Amino acid sequence: MGYVAVKGGIQAIEESIKRLKYERLKKGTVLKFQQIEGGMRCLIDQVMSESSLYSETLAAMAIKQAEGSPEEAVFLLRAYRSTLPRKHYSRTVQSEDMSVERRISSSFKEIPGGQILGTANDYTHRLIDFDLNEETEHDALEWLREYALERGVDNDQADLSNLPKTLDYLREEGLIPTFEINSDEPDDVTKESLHFPTSRSQRLQILTRGQTGAVTSLGYAALRSYGALHPTVGELRIGKLPIYVDSPFQDQKEDEDAYYIGEIKVTEVETLFPAEVQKGNGEKEIEFEIGYGICYGQNETKAIAMSILDRCLETANPEYPTHNEEFVLLHIDSVESTGFISHLKLPHYVTFQSKLDSVRKTKK
Amino acid sequence: MRIEYNFAFFDEGSKREIRRATLKAVAIPGYQVPFASREMPIARGWGTGGLQLTLSLVGKEDILKVIDQGSDESVNAVNIKKLITKTTGIKVTDETSEATIIQSRHRIPEIPLQAGQILVLQVPLPEPLRYYEPSELETKKLHAEQEYSGAWLMLFEQIMNYGTMSTGADHPAMVHDRYVMAPSPIPRFDNPKLNHSQALILLGAGREKKVYAVPPYTRVESLAFEDFSFEVEGFKNKYCGLCGAKEVFLDEMLDDLTGETFYQCNDTSYCLQRLNQKSAG
Amino acid sequence: MIKFEQPVLSINNLNKQFGKGCPSCKGSNEDSLKKNYCPVCGTVYACQNIMFEVYAGEILGVVGESGSGKSTLMQCLYFDQEVSSGEAYISSYKDGKTDVFAESSQQKRYIRNHMMGKVYQNPLLGLRINFTSIGNIAEKLIAAGNRHVGKMEARGKELLEHVNIPIYRMKEAPKNFSGGMQQRVQIAKALSNNPPLLLLDEVTTGLDLSVQASVLDLIKTIQRELQITVVIVSHDLGVIRMLADRTMVMLDGRIIEQGLTDQILEDPQHGYTQHLVQSLL
Repeated sequence: MGYVAVKGGIQAIEESIKRLKYERLKKGTVLKFQQIEGGMRCLIDQVMSESSLYSETLAAMAIKQAEGSPEEAVFLLRAYRSTLPRKHYSRTVQSEDMSVERRISSSFKEIPGGQILGTANDYTHRLIDFDLNEETEHDALEWLREYALERGVDNDQADLSNLPKTLDYLREEGLIPTFEINSDEPDDVTKESLHFPTSRSQRLQILTRGQTGAVTSLGYAALRSYGALHPTVGELRIGKLPIYVDSPFQDQKEDEDAYYIGEIKVTEVETLFPAEVQKGNGEKEIEFEIGYGICYGQNETKAIAMSILDRCLETANPEYPTHNEEFVLLHIDSVESTGFISHLKLPHYVTFQSKLDSVRKTKK
Repeated sequence: MRIEYNFAFFDEGSKREIRRATLKAVAIPGYQVPFASREMPIARGWGTGGLQLTLSLVGKEDILKVIDQGSDESVNAVNIKKLITKTTGIKVTDETSEATIIQSRHRIPEIPLQAGQILVLQVPLPEPLRYYEPSELETKKLHAEQEYSGAWLMLFEQIMNYGTMSTGADHPAMVHDRYVMAPSPIPRFDNPKLNHSQALILLGAGREKKVYAVPPYTRVESLAFEDFSFEVEGFKNKYCGLCGAKEVFLDEMLDDLTGETFYQCNDTSYCLQRLNQKSAG
Repeated sequence: MIKFEQPVLSINNLNKQFGKGCPSCKGSNEDSLKKNYCPVCGTVYACQNIMFEVYAGEILGVVGESGSGKSTLMQCLYFDQEVSSGEAYISSYKDGKTDVFAESSQQKRYIRNHMMGKVYQNPLLGLRINFTSIGNIAEKLIAAGNRHVGKMEARGKELLEHVNIPIYRMKEAPKNFSGGMQQRVQIAKALSNNPPLLLLDEVTTGLDLSVQASVLDLIKTIQRELQITVVIVSHDLGVIRMLADRTMVMLDGRIIEQGLTDQILEDPQHGYTQHLVQSLL
C-alpha cells in the first residue's frame, strides 16, 4: 500500500474554475455575441486594438468569456493569435483611400473637404440617461426608421472616400518637411523581438497595440510636464480602409492582381509639433514636425496619445522617461504588464525561504 | 464558430522558430538569445517562456513532469500540465526519473537528472546585470565585452552592508567561463546542480523574450570572491518531518497547535517516493 | 643633454565633430566656419587637429571658455566619446606603439580600467550615487580584476583616508555627501588602481571657494606624493595657475597657444589669452 500525501491542488483548482463560471451565470442571463457586437462597440474596438487582432466576432466572444474585463479579453485574443500562422502581409494601405466617417482638424477652421463631426462623445453632456432604462427594441427600430427618413432628405452627395489629407496642404506650402517614401519592409514585432535602438516601424507597432490606459497616461505625462510637448491635431480621421493581399501565384505584384480581403475601421491622427530647424543660410526657422497615431476601431484618445509618444521617441531625450524608448515600449503592453503583476499571486515560498536564510545570516 | 487547436497549441512554423532560437542558445552557453515570444493562454510571468520551450520541443512520445516551487501539485504546475496535455495528449508523471521533459519554476529536483532529459526553467528576469544597469542596450554591450564588474559589485555591496552575500534565490553564475547568467530564481541550494549537469537545461523568459541554455556537461560557477565563498542555504541538523531526508531543500512550516517550527522536503515527489520505499520495505 | 623620454600620453591630430558635415564645411579652413560651427549644416567641430604630449609626473592644464572643446577632448581621452579621427598612444599600453583609439571597445575598457582615472565635474557621471562609497571605489578595483573583498576593502579605506573621508562613513552613499566630499570620493575612485594617468574635468566648478581650495590642495598633495601624470581641464585660470606645469589654451575647438604655465601667464601671445590673463588680474 503506497503512502498517500495530502493532494488538494487539483481539486481546489477545479472548484475555483466552477466558481468563475457560476459568477458569470448566476443571474441567469446569457449574453449573445450579437448583443455585445451591437451594444459594446467601443469595448470591442479597444480590445481588438490592444490584441492586434481585427475580428469583431472573436472580440465579442472574448469579452463574453472575460465578463467584460478588457485585460482578460485581450489576453484571450492574444493567446489565440499565437496559434495563427502569418501567411500574408497586406499591400501598403494609403489612408487617403479611407472611407471617412469622421474627420476633424483643430489646426484650421475650415479644411478642404470640410470638417465632418461624425460619431463622437465629445459633444454630449455626460449625464446618465435614465431613459435608457426604459428603452425597448421596438423604440430602437422606430428611431432607426425615423433617422433613415431624415437622412434621406439630406442632399449632400459628397464623396467621402477620397478626401485630401490636411497635412498635404501644409506640406505644399513647405511648412512641414517632406520625406521620400520609405519602402523598406517594416520589422514585424510578432516575428522578432524588439532590439534597441528600435526602428520606427517597431515603435509604431508596439504603440498601436499598447494598453489604452498606459498609452494615454504616458502621452498625458509628455503633454503635461515631461517634455511639455504642445501638439495641435492636424487631422483626426476615422473610417474604413480596404485591405488587399498580393496574389501568391504571381511574381509580378500588380495592383489589379491583388485580392480584396475586407476592410478595417481605424482611427488615424496626425499631430503637429512646432520645432526649430537650422536653415542653409544659418538662420533658424520654425517648422512643424509630425506625430503619428493609428489604432483599430474608434479610440481617439489612444490614437492622439500615440502620436505624442511617437514624436517623443523620435526625439529621444534622456531627461524624460516619456522620451526613453525602453521605458515606453517595454511597459505599455497589456498582456505583459498585467501578467507580470498578477504573477505576484503565485506562491514564492522557495525564494522566500532562500531570502530568509540570507536574512538570518546577516543577523548573526 | 469553432476552431481546433494544433498539436502543442502552436502552428508548426512558430515551433520551428522557437527551436531555432533554442539551438542558438545551446550553441552559445549562457547567452540570452532574443526570440519572438508569443502570448500564451497563461499569463506573462506565470511561465510563458518555459511553456513555449516545452511546447516547441514536445513530441508524442514524451513524458512530462511540471513542478512549481518543488511541488507537482501547485496550482501553476497543475495548470501548465493541463494545458500541455490538453493540446498534446502526452503522458504526465510526478517521478523525476521517468520524465523526458521537466518544466520547473524555482527548483531543480532532488533526484539527479540524467543524460537525455531536458529541464526547462521558467525565468522572470533573465538579465543578471539589470539592477546595476537598467538599459537593455547597455547590458547587451556589457555582455559582449564580458564586462561583469556590475555583477560582482552587487555582491560586494551586500557584503559591505550585511557582512555576507545576501542574494536569496537567483544567485548569478558564470557559464563556460564566458557569460554571466541569471539561473532563474532557484535557491542557491540548486546552483551547484547546474554545473556539469548530465541533462540539457533550457531557460525561457517569455515576457522578456529571451532563451538561454546550459548544455550538458557545461561548467557553471556561482559568482563568489576569493575570501567570500558561495554558500548554499543551510539546513544544518534539520531534516524532513515526513521522510527524514537530510541535505535536501526544506520548507519551513509552523505547527498550528504547538506553534513549533518543523520542516518538510520541498520536492514533494522526492519525499513521496522515499515514503513509498519505506512503507514497501 | 637631451633626455629622450617617452611621453605618458601622446595625442596626434585628434578631431571630433558632431554632425555629418556638408560640402561647405568639409575639409574647411576657419573662414567657412562661424567659430567651430558650420552655419550651413549645423555640424560642430568640437576638437580640431589637437596634438600634444604629456610626460611622466607632469600636470598639463587645458584652459578655455565653455564651448571651447576642452571637455569634449577629455571625453575622447577617456573613451566616453569616440573620436572622429586621430591617434593616441599611452606608454604603458603595448609599449606606447599602438593607437589606442583604434582598439576594440573591450580593449578600451581595459585601458580605462587599468591605466586611467577620471574625475568628472558632475559626480553623477563618475559615481554610483546610491551605492556605498567604498563600493564605488571597489567598482574600479573589480573592473581591474580584483576578486578579494578583504584586500579591496583595505585599499578602499586607505584611499578614503587619503582623500580625508572619515572611515566610519565608508558605507554611506555619496548622495548623502556634500559636493566637495563627492569629488573626494571620485578622486579616491580614480586613483584606486594606481593609474599612470589622471584626468580631471572641471573638478572644482560649482564648489564653494573654501571647498575648492581644499580639493585643489588635495590634488596637489596627491600628485606630489604619487608622482602621477595629470591632465586638468578648467575654465578657471586660477585653478590652472595653481596646479599646471604646462598649459594649453583652447578656443573654438583648437589649441591656440601652449607653453609653460608661468610663460603663458606672464607673456601671453594670442589676443584671446591676453584677454583671459587680464581678466584674472
